[in-house]
Amino acid sequence: MSEHRLPLRLPGPLHDLFRPPPTPGVLGVFAHLDATVDAIQRLQAGAYQSLTVYSPVPRHELEDVLAQPVSPVRMWTLIGGIAGCAFGAWLTLYMSYDWPIVVGGKPIGSIPPYVVIMFEMTVLFGALSTIIGILFNAAHAARRLGTIAWDPRFTNDKFGVFVPCGADKAGAVEKLLLGAGAEEVRRA
Amino acid sequence: MAQPSGRVTYDFVTRTIARTLGNPGKGYFLLLGAAVTLLAIGIICLLYLLRYGLGLAGYSHPVYWAVFITCFVFWVGIAHSGTLISAILFLFRSGWRTAIYRTAEAMTVFAVMTAALFPLIHIGRQWYFYWTLPYPNERGLWPNFKSPLIWDEFAIGTYFTVSTVFLILGLVPDIAAVRDVASGWRKKLYQLTALGWRGTNEEWRHFTRGYLYLAALATPLVLSVHSVVSWDFAMAIVPGWHATIFAPYFVAGAIYSGCAMVISLLVPIRKLFHLEELITAHHFENLAKLCLLTGSIVGYAYLCEYFVAWFGGNAHERAAFWYRAFGPFWWATWTMIICNAFLPQLLWFKKIRTNITGLFVISIFVNVGMWFERFVIIVVSLAGEPFERWSNATYNPTWADWGIMAGSFGWFFMWFLLFVKNFPAVSITEVKEVLPPPTKGRPAEAHAR
Repeated sequence: MSEHRLPLRLPGPLHDLFRPPPTPGVLGVFAHLDATVDAIQRLQAGAYQSLTVYSPVPRHELEDVLAQPVSPVRMWTLIGGIAGCAFGAWLTLYMSYDWPIVVGGKPIGSIPPYVVIMFEMTVLFGALSTIIGILFNAAHAARRLGTIAWDPRFTNDKFGVFVPCGADKAGAVEKLLLGAGAEEVRRA
Repeated sequence: MAQPSGRVTYDFVTRTIARTLGNPGKGYFLLLGAAVTLLAIGIICLLYLLRYGLGLAGYSHPVYWAVFITCFVFWVGIAHSGTLISAILFLFRSGWRTAIYRTAEAMTVFAVMTAALFPLIHIGRQWYFYWTLPYPNERGLWPNFKSPLIWDEFAIGTYFTVSTVFLILGLVPDIAAVRDVASGWRKKLYQLTALGWRGTNEEWRHFTRGYLYLAALATPLVLSVHSVVSWDFAMAIVPGWHATIFAPYFVAGAIYSGCAMVISLLVPIRKLFHLEELITAHHFENLAKLCLLTGSIVGYAYLCEYFVAWFGGNAHERAAFWYRAFGPFWWATWTMIICNAFLPQLLWFKKIRTNITGLFVISIFVNVGMWFERFVIIVVSLAGEPFERWSNATYNPTWADWGIMAGSFGWFFMWFLLFVKNFPAVSITEVKEVLPPPTKGRPAEAHAR
């Protein structure tokens, strides 16, 4: 797995930390979306948990069957936006009062023109914190999922389901995946 | 996307777009060579300007905002349709945007990069540019936040940053797709830039939600940036500038010029990289409709300006607009009116909207017209300023003005051409999303995120 990784050699302890051994399980490769959804439903009925589903595009069918909670990225956006607005208000008001010169007969701290800066900072901080939120959450998931099997065709035209399980259950999972329409299964 | 043919499958999309990253042929290198030559001309002129000062440019009292500021507003305007197509049409779930939004988004980033050069060139002493930034200094000075120029600095900075991260975020799954079919040094480049993307349900969960919020943040930003640029003028009392219509007028004009530039860029890119099956006449027709809508708004704004100048009864305003239409710069004003208000009315006809060569020609005229619009607003308003009429103003751009302007086109096209050659110029993921997914039973519906 991990054909996409750069061939960097890590020292021993770092290798154990960043390149942990692969998670045992079974990977099914599907050519069809409906077969993938069917396989997920069968696995869920068989009480198999912690499935990882690969797809070349986001699909509502997969989201619905996996019933995942809404991404926490929205909180990052909200907090970033509020922080940006507050920063914009502080920046303009503090600097105006720190160097108090009357311009155009307007008050030293003149809110209407400062709304422009507050708006821009809201968008800037909101956008940057959204990106950090995506990277943090996706990296966290990747760290957790980084040891599971993967196939480069999943970014092109194939769908995939990885089922973590021991060798004792692998045969049953393989049978289930093939029964749902997997065109290829392999053990990790 | 318009009625994809049966052979347009997920794999076809990946292979077709990955092919654009291969050997592009002579046409591409000719265009790149032309862009680099223009850039070299611009750099030489700029070096002269740095050595001998702004006197080499055609400034003459009271025209101290001239070609450089015209180019600044022109390029900021060009940047606008990218985010319109990538963010606003995304929120409206317009499926047709998927094949063209990447090009438009890249155009946005490179156009802002180009625009940002001009205030730096215009200030003369570029090495003091940091004086406009709010940084603690020994004199205890801070920027004047009541000045529209400082608003503009924040608006452009934010727009550049948000557009760039929006472009990069959308690129990640596409880079992963080409990574997995590439080989050699390209594979290594894409391994690094795909950030380890594998297409898991967890990655898509965070990506789709984050992308939605970024689009929601970028949408008001599109409308705000050119509004703020318009206030650089509207907050001043110069007749021809001091108008409340300026913000919507500028935003419509920006989207108009941006859509025209997208057409001007897409036509050769489509031909050079053989993308005819992905970028169809349907996409061009929709872009033409956007041009028609925004061009008509711009035409209405021109009418409004003249009507208010006449109906308002302000002698200075009337004089300024008379000077625009019948003064020494009449040719610039009428070029602007014909190219921007009259010519695009041809787009009412479906035959013209779906004729790609015809559209390309119209888009070039719109680009020319929109450059002249900014020239007329900035230079002609200052030259005809009635308060300064005693100065007997005239203005003639010099070789330094034209050379640096040509250089800006070279700079923009160089970055754009390098981008489309090295990264997916069409969004692989989003084009796949609007295709029906492969099923073995009942066909599933295509959808746009």
